[in-house]
Amino acid sequence: MLAVAHLFARGTLKRGLWLLVLMTFTAQALAEFKVALILDRGGKDDKSFNSSAFEGANRAKEKLGITLKFVEAADDNAYEGILRSFARRDFDLMIGVGFAQKEAVQKVAVQFPDKHFAIVDSEVQAPNVRSLMFEEHEGAYLVGAIAAMASKSRIIGFVGGMDIPLIRRFAMGYEAGARKIDPGAKVILNFVGITGEAWNNAPKAKELALSQYTGGAEVVFAAAGASNFGVFDAAEERKKLAIGVDSNQNWTKPGFILTSMLKRVDEAVYATILEAQSGKFQGGIRSFGLANQGIGYAVDKYNEKLLTPEIRARVEELKSDILAGKIVVPDFYKTR
Amino acid sequence: MSGKSVQGLLSALFGVLVGLILGLLVVWGAGENPLTVLRILARGAFGSRYDLGMTLFYSTPLIFTGLSVAVVFRAGMFNIGAEGQLTVGTIAAAMAGILLPFLPMPIAPLVAWVCASLAGAAWGAIPGWLRARRGSHEVINTIMLNFVAAGLCSYFALYPLRNLQSQNPETRGIASQFKLAPFPLFEGAPVGWALPLALLMALFVWFLLWRTVIGFEWRAVGLNEVAARAAGIDVARARVGAFAFAGALAGMVGVAEVLGNSGRFRVGFSPEYGFMGIAVALLGRNHPAGVVAAALLLGALHKGAAELDLETDRVTRDLSLVFQGLIILCVSAEGWWFQNRRRKATAGSQKSTGVVPASNSP
Repeated sequence: MLAVAHLFARGTLKRGLWLLVLMTFTAQALAEFKVALILDRGGKDDKSFNSSAFEGANRAKEKLGITLKFVEAADDNAYEGILRSFARRDFDLMIGVGFAQKEAVQKVAVQFPDKHFAIVDSEVQAPNVRSLMFEEHEGAYLVGAIAAMASKSRIIGFVGGMDIPLIRRFAMGYEAGARKIDPGAKVILNFVGITGEAWNNAPKAKELALSQYTGGAEVVFAAAGASNFGVFDAAEERKKLAIGVDSNQNWTKPGFILTSMLKRVDEAVYATILEAQSGKFQGGIRSFGLANQGIGYAVDKYNEKLLTPEIRARVEELKSDILAGKIVVPDFYKTR
Repeated sequence: MSGKSVQGLLSALFGVLVGLILGLLVVWGAGENPLTVLRILARGAFGSRYDLGMTLFYSTPLIFTGLSVAVVFRAGMFNIGAEGQLTVGTIAAAMAGILLPFLPMPIAPLVAWVCASLAGAAWGAIPGWLRARRGSHEVINTIMLNFVAAGLCSYFALYPLRNLQSQNPETRGIASQFKLAPFPLFEGAPVGWALPLALLMALFVWFLLWRTVIGFEWRAVGLNEVAARAAGIDVARARVGAFAFAGALAGMVGVAEVLGNSGRFRVGFSPEYGFMGIAVALLGRNHPAGVVAAALLLGALHKGAAELDLETDRVTRDLSLVFQGLIILCVSAEGWWFQNRRRKATAGSQKSTGVVPASNSP
């Protein structure tokens, strides 16, 4: 303002204003970093995996002033076209959310070596692609321990979405965590389905959870995308407990959700955007686990009464044991 | 072309135009500039060789399924089962590619093509046979068979043939000599020999329906079953034959998808090509040339609309469904545009439909 007043005093207001406008424009052009977020078919409102990615990108939009565009693909053939369209325009970073986009990212990244890409939950080998991987088994181990401590019947349940290695990884960690607390614990495993539809089939997830509760389970861990809400409904109906996944889902059914296993896709997305914007983008695998807070479990006002101090103390103990290498959590990916 | 078919073509084009204009009015109501949206749609569908290629890529399966629905329509029945037939055909093509890796190059894709057609034909023959011999309605049967096909093919894809290297629900890849390379003209879009095959099939359908005895019998059954039977035509054979041929056409989607695109069967690969085929047949007035044109139109809309998500704030790719709906409505409602005049011109004679098979009403 001082500069404007100065120019005004000299009587060169017009030229000064022009200069100002020009300066703002160049500043904007320099600062404008364009990011495209390509969501999985669950969509940005799944209150879980995709929501988390969307939230991270939006945080980057607010804090870093990037330009953000997001899309949900219509079919699996569309990913490649969408990625190409973004890359061909002036977008700087394309983030694919979910393993279904692996091949599309692989193909397009080669065609646009100057652009940056990132993919969540899948490994793509290319210098301009960052693969954001999560140590899901570590978090599942902790919530498995929590479930075993909270269940008096010594029976707990697991409802997975699609029966794929990723969800088997959750299940294996969960079971190991429960056995650590109570070697005689019984774990009932069920999967909603074997196709992508399993992520969006809440009614079936509810039936599975109801039958697990009937079978004596007192806590059910739901790792099933948008199908999770069926499990939460079942918990409310039977006055039992459930555990959420990916995002913090404690708020969706207060009093019935023991905790949520956090998979901080939002942090991974945010960090990737931040580094790409400041020119420090690096390809390769970036792993998120307990050590860098990429994986965790949620404690907030909705579940602090459910998680007793004893449970919390014991879980923190387990967590530091894992970090110290005293406990090695079995990893389904390494058993094959 | 006779005068009547020229008029039919004109009224179809008129319907498409009215539908497009109505769609753009919707865009305008939503607060976007209709001309901008039209430009985005056009550029998205035809803007570059790659975009054009993707439009053709989406159109190819629609030609197959559109022809499939149209053939059965001409024989006086409804094929709501193209989705199931194409699923079965696609898994058959993938199975050939996985289980017969010893076949040499020129034979291999041909074998896969034959497998896809035969599997589709077998799946299509079931509702045809049930209609002919048992009188159970093909609409119910084809819809139910769609679910059976989806379950059956998912089983093969997820258990015996599963790709263990991937998280995706899909089969292993086919042997390389089965693959049909995409034409380099389209800059990497997966458009290959499946497109000429589809056009060839359109020509073949025309030849079969209007230049052979078999086609004449099918159409005769479609126009008037009682008269056809009185004339000595084996109605049951015509029904089963038309349905089996329709199934083979739908099954050829497997050639485009497995040999020309993904190299494997992926569960849920089809964005409902089979059901879009019904719209294609309706728009194309059950004529092969019309089917090809309608498939191109719907393919272009599907591809072009994907760009809307990227470029506009108030409308999304779902707009393509609005356009589809309005266009189909306007084309089917051709009576509103021309019927009155035609009724005066041809007073007393039968009204032209081309949309609903004349003899099918109970």
